[in-house]
Amino acid sequence: MTASWRKFVLLVLLGAHLIVAFPGFFAPYDFSQQHRDFPYAPPTRIHFLDSSGKFHLWPFVRPLRPSEDEHTAYLEDFTHEYPLRLFVAGTPYTVCGAWKARLHLLAVDAPGQLFLFGTDEFGRDEFSRLLYGARISLLAGILAAAAAISVGATLGLLSGFYGGWLDASVMRLAELFLALPWLYLLFAVRAILPLDIKTTDAFLLLVAVVGLVGWARPARLVRGVVLGAKERNFVQAAKAMGASDAHLLRRHILPETYGVLLTTAALLVPQFILVEVTLSFLGLGVGEPIPSWGNLLAELQHYAVLSSYWWMYLPALALVFLFLAYHSASSALQEKLSEAHA
Amino acid sequence: MNTPVGRGKLGKAVARSAIAIAFACLALTPNAASQDYATMAGEAGQSGGNLILALRSEPKTLNPVLSIDATSREVIGAMQADLIHINRESQRVEPALAKSWTISRDGKVYVLHLRQGLRFSDGAPFTADDVVFSFGLYLDEKLHSPQRDLLMIDDKPIVVKKLSAYTVEFDLSKPYGPGERLFDGLAILPKHLLEQPYREGKFAQTWNTTTPAATLAGLGPFVLKSYEPGQQLVLQRNPNYWKRDERGNSLPYLNQLVFVFVPNEDAQVIKFQAGQTNVIERLNADNFSLLLKEPKNKGLCMRDLGPGLEIQFLLFNQNELDPNKFHDLNPKQLWFRDLSFRRAVSLALDRKGMARLVYAGRATPIWGNVSPGNKLWLNASLPHPERSIEESRKLLQSADYSWDASGALLDPRKHPVAFTIIVSSSNAQRSKLAALAQDDLKQLGMNVQVVPMEFRALVDRVLNTKDYEAVLMNLVNGDADPTPEMNLWLSSGETHLWNPGETKPATPWEAELDHLMESQMTTNNFADRKRLYDRVQQVVAQNLPLIFLVSPNILVGAQSSVGNFRPGILEPYALWNVEQLFIRPSGAGQCP
Repeated sequence: MTASWRKFVLLVLLGAHLIVAFPGFFAPYDFSQQHRDFPYAPPTRIHFLDSSGKFHLWPFVRPLRPSEDEHTAYLEDFTHEYPLRLFVAGTPYTVCGAWKARLHLLAVDAPGQLFLFGTDEFGRDEFSRLLYGARISLLAGILAAAAAISVGATLGLLSGFYGGWLDASVMRLAELFLALPWLYLLFAVRAILPLDIKTTDAFLLLVAVVGLVGWARPARLVRGVVLGAKERNFVQAAKAMGASDAHLLRRHILPETYGVLLTTAALLVPQFILVEVTLSFLGLGVGEPIPSWGNLLAELQHYAVLSSYWWMYLPALALVFLFLAYHSASSALQEKLSEAHA
Repeated sequence: MNTPVGRGKLGKAVARSAIAIAFACLALTPNAASQDYATMAGEAGQSGGNLILALRSEPKTLNPVLSIDATSREVIGAMQADLIHINRESQRVEPALAKSWTISRDGKVYVLHLRQGLRFSDGAPFTADDVVFSFGLYLDEKLHSPQRDLLMIDDKPIVVKKLSAYTVEFDLSKPYGPGERLFDGLAILPKHLLEQPYREGKFAQTWNTTTPAATLAGLGPFVLKSYEPGQQLVLQRNPNYWKRDERGNSLPYLNQLVFVFVPNEDAQVIKFQAGQTNVIERLNADNFSLLLKEPKNKGLCMRDLGPGLEIQFLLFNQNELDPNKFHDLNPKQLWFRDLSFRRAVSLALDRKGMARLVYAGRATPIWGNVSPGNKLWLNASLPHPERSIEESRKLLQSADYSWDASGALLDPRKHPVAFTIIVSSSNAQRSKLAALAQDDLKQLGMNVQVVPMEFRALVDRVLNTKDYEAVLMNLVNGDADPTPEMNLWLSSGETHLWNPGETKPATPWEAELDHLMESQMTTNNFADRKRLYDRVQQVVAQNLPLIFLVSPNILVGAQSSVGNFRPGILEPYALWNVEQLFIRPSGAGQCP
């Protein structure tokens, strides 16, 4: 992996998160806005050539007209053209839950529609839902990874540093957790929760459980690093000079683990995103109308959707690209780490 | 009575072979023609062939007295017969095991004349004794038969008397509105096989799914051949069946009727597409559209039968509840009991959108409790108010509701209006209806949550714990007649959904419903009953205890090689004339 490729991967990842952080700006519509006349509309075609064959530099779209004789079949209306417009004031949204805004990156004038990735069964824009959905899915992944890593790092640090009975018991516990069938554990947790607890709360709770159950792997990794680090000369020297355990851990040993932790995080995030997707697929994720990637993909459980509307697969494609970016980032970090050590 | 097991068995076997010999002789004599056959109109078919149909679940029992679930009823329906039957196509009664009947002028005494010379599938003769015995089973309190309620008129059981070997009298304590429709679905069972287990108190265990095929017998077109749990249930033709086609050929045409168990609707569709099943029922609109798109040469006969008897509705909890236990729910019930609130909700719901988006247009918006599929009983004069968010807001405003700066609806005490709708998680359509309702009500400023939950948990909340705010559910009537709905509309009814088991009617209009329903049940004249039931529909539509949404169409299909495929909107949709179904040996036929 070259340095420029590494930079590119990290930039892509950063860009993706930036878009997800501000879905309201990048999405043409609100995630819950239903266009009831356009269920399962295919992705809107972007045209450069008009009906007379003339080339336009600036692209435009044609409005859709539902077909009279077949449900979810649409015809393009050639009598109207609506140019794409940048930085348009549209449906209001909030930025980070605090500031109100109306500015959208891309839109067309009503009654034209801009469904870049088509629509779902209620005529909701899939592209907008994909962006908003990423918020939940990525948040789930990052939160769960953060929980797993903080618990794992703490336990790994302590068990590696102190050794003895603490080490032995933490490591046996880690093995136990690695052997747990986490999916069934989650089912059990969801079953214990009261049924009409707000789905968002239930979901966050599940994320927390997923994260906490996932502490074992990072803990074992960190412990390994600590075992090596505490024998290093500068640590021994600091110890000889009377440094306290807390000081040793904080100043000398913890920094040694940062590289491993970062690499692990880059691997854990997509893994936990997948957990969210699985849970939502099974109907245990956030409730309607809030989208998540798992919710979007859950639509594909229905044979009629699976076989008729190809654009419903697009969230899966997004998932693949994001995973690829995360995995590349992880390898990039790892390479960088080994270079630094060398 | 204690007989040594061995001797008892031997005795029975001897008796059975004696009967068999006796019947073999009968069959050789010209007297055999004296059986009272029923002749069925329809396309003359070819004997032979198997029909395969997928079922979503397995039957729980093969005992007609104990069966509750739709799957058991569907399988049993092909194995048993009733005295008087409702034709699923015309929705009118027709003679079955009873070839004729008379009703006394006061409407209390029914005399049924049975067909003579009929035999059960095992060869034993069918007589009035079997009828008296069977009704004894349905009426036995200890057996908890679900049919028992239907046979209790005014809390008194129907009295069944044998007048002669082929005549039976039924005495009712009061006239019964639906009349002879009462007899539909009450299978007549073989006394010679079931009397002993009944006397010994083992009836609850007889004819379950582990019973050997040889110990089952019936008067229906098919008998059990084999049952493999998780795989399939195979029925074979009853050689003694009592129906003939117009050419005098014995029915049923099919050699075997095979039910394969496929728990998932999508998997059923794939099997049907692949030609592995001949008939498909209970299709959802998406899958129906998918099958319609199949190329014509695949030879599928897809039928949209129009609205069935199923209605989808939204219901608010109006139960009188203990304020200490339900302190969250109690203040919300002030809205739920407020007619203006319910009317505003009803006005804001986009029923046409629901029919179009959830059912791909294969559903009809409804504003009353009777589906347009029930042409006989529908009150066509009910108003169909157009959806209007504006009108709805006006209505709320006039009832002292208001809106805060963010647009959220506040009740007259300035509390924000927020509630949860529960739906069954196993029904994708109903979850979608709820999602649309949620969006519609958001436009009124109501904050609505939708919580899918397991079906049984949902029913438990609605009928037992009463711990819910609103629920989106459905009702399916087995018959077009209003009488089976008694339990729903009577204020004391156990399924008086919005407030079950009231000690006395909570509102004047519920008292009126009680009166109307009681009167229609004991009136014999159809026009009078219709007038009463029209008023029921009017009262319900005005007071909206349930907010009716849509009535989905019945969607079924068959390979075009299946002859006499004439599905009806009543259960069992495609199999009601199973004795007439046949497989064209030439393969695909015309799809009318």
